[in-house]
Amino acid sequence: MTNARTLYDKLWDSHAVAELPGGATLLYIDRQILHEVSSPQAFVAMRDAGRQLRRPETHIAVADHAVPTRVRGGEIADPQARAQVAELEANVAEFAVPYADLEGAEQGIVHVIGPETGFTLPGTTIVCGDSHTTTHGAFGALAFGIGASEQGTVMAAQVLPQTRARTMKVELVGALPPGVDAKDIALALIARIGAHGAVGHAVEYTGAAVQAMSMAQRMTLCNMTIEAGSRIGLVAPDETTFAFLKGRRLAPRGALWDAAVAYWRGLASDDDAVFDKVVTIDLVAIEPQVSWGTSPNQTLPIGGTVPDPATIADPTERRETEKAIAYMGLAPGQALLDVAIDHVFIGSCTNGRIEDLRAAAAIARGRKVAAGVKAIVVPGSAATRKQAEAEGLDRVFTEAGFEWRFAGCSMCVAMNDDRLAPGQRCASTSNRNFEGRQGPGGRTHLVSPAMAAAAAVSGHLADVRTFA
Amino acid sequence: MPAQPFTTVSGRAAAMREDNIDTDIIFPARFLLITARAGLGEYAFHDRRFAADGSEIAGYVLNDKRFADAPVIVAGANFGSGSSREQAVWALLGLGTRAVISASFGEIFQSNCMRNGIVPIVLPEAQVAALMDLAEQGAAFTVDLEAQELRVEGLPPIAFAIPAERRLALLNGWDETDQIVNQYSTDIDAFEVRQRQTQPWLYAEEPA
Ligand code: SF4
Repeated sequence: MTNARTLYDKLWDSHAVAELPGGATLLYIDRQILHEVSSPQAFVAMRDAGRQLRRPETHIAVADHAVPTRVRGGEIADPQARAQVAELEANVAEFAVPYADLEGAEQGIVHVIGPETGFTLPGTTIVCGDSHTTTHGAFGALAFGIGASEQGTVMAAQVLPQTRARTMKVELVGALPPGVDAKDIALALIARIGAHGAVGHAVEYTGAAVQAMSMAQRMTLCNMTIEAGSRIGLVAPDETTFAFLKGRRLAPRGALWDAAVAYWRGLASDDDAVFDKVVTIDLVAIEPQVSWGTSPNQTLPIGGTVPDPATIADPTERRETEKAIAYMGLAPGQALLDVAIDHVFIGSCTNGRIEDLRAAAAIARGRKVAAGVKAIVVPGSAATRKQAEAEGLDRVFTEAGFEWRFAGCSMCVAMNDDRLAPGQRCASTSNRNFEGRQGPGGRTHLVSPAMAAAAAVSGHLADVRTFA
Repeated sequence: MPAQPFTTVSGRAAAMREDNIDTDIIFPARFLLITARAGLGEYAFHDRRFAADGSEIAGYVLNDKRFADAPVIVAGANFGSGSSREQAVWALLGLGTRAVISASFGEIFQSNCMRNGIVPIVLPEAQVAALMDLAEQGAAFTVDLEAQELRVEGLPPIAFAIPAERRLALLNGWDETDQIVNQYSTDIDAFEVRQRQTQPWLYAEEPA
């Protein structure tokens, strides 16, 4: 027996409050992020039971999912969205929860503003009523999505009963080829292990390639981990992490900062720690990816062709493939490069950060959005928008014919003003190509930011590597 | 909020022969703007049940009178994957669903189920396939949580497992928050005292 522990083990052990009968552990939750769509019922439960938040200051609330991104300020036109934001504002006032105002400098998508404000810290447990909470694992935090009832439990008691996951190491070897992005790694991984390939496992990304990644890239990887079925994606905190966090509003300062960094350095998996599963990905072999179907694992390199169900032996896979091809309005054997698109969406908690906007702008610069294509760029946060404007990226986009929007989830989730009409096809930097995800009958192709920009200026799915 | 206590549920089962039925299919995102928890049943599987013009899509299992109010769903693997929205579970409850059988579940969905009085039953893939055949033939399913046993007409009883404390909560319809606050407050207090020593920066933002 060895005492070597993984990063996951260390995070788990340091938050165990009590062992419950039946094998679950009561886990202490350090941080909770609330948004307008998944929190109302949790607040209702609090009010009905006459409870207070145990530690309101460990929360942050923001409106992101339902808000319009075309305009900001004034009354929200959609009455349901307006009511939902108003309800959040009333709830945070009643329960004294810190709130990032819709028109303020810190508004944005939950998984973008957590890191940006320094609310997200290594070594913590973080929950949010949103499955892409995996994103925060990029900082070496145990972060996972929960339901509304669980949010109420965290508000009242700052704990959650959880069952320990098995561990999976995803080792990235080699360097990222030009034109290939963290998004492509994530999609290639899901294509390989399947949409439930990591169910029950906490995934840790390791290898020199991960260490060389920016925080934005690490967040993209961890964000997409839920699409492989895992609630938890992790990267060990290192100098890149610390440099990102230092000086952020909610990050520790002075002596506490030094103490925190010393503690965070000890979180990395021990050299001889054993994982239940190991997957190795050679980056040299990775090409820009595009999803062709209605599950993120239905993904191929951009040079590929739509699969032919007739050649698939497994009956379940054949049926799934047929169904996806029919929904997506594609033909077996069709070259992905020939697939014409109507829409382009650049944004979301997967790819709405400044690095993502820079990558897309590099392709958009000096080019024009193809005729008939509607392309929108939606920064992940107000701070990202401001930074992009300081760099002139907004003008690059608008001169190329993209719309430049305010921060929010926008067309990642069809519950605000931005959505596809039935049958419309979108190259999207978001994370889910599920049926109806971007609007009933809408068709989504998941791609990296640069690939989305390449599709926008081409009018069809395109290979970013051919853009010099 | 306390859930409806669960002891034994009997009735037909609706077979959904499809893997990866995600929570966007169970409860499309555009209905998330509704802030109520009750009355969501009409939106369950909305885009599978109804065409764009609101008419019922013929051939869909829940549009078949025999299965419209089936208390059990037998579904392909990875049921409830995707978004964490608890509305997916509330919508199933609204539909009258009390148990879902699948080879695997989206984990957040699975947890949401148990907090709302729906029993998620994990069985091997081959067994699930056999149960789908029986479900389609209209066999009666009985989910006995007390005995952790699934009884299906024409088959010997099938054992399933639900974690002990979850089972107890389901059987009694207990509210988990109450349970935790009542039983573990001193443990939580003690944890915070310890953590204040090891990670004091997590407490530094508190008003003095
Ligand atoms: S951008 Fe999309 S995935 Fe991310 S939090 Fe918003 S809706 Fe969820």
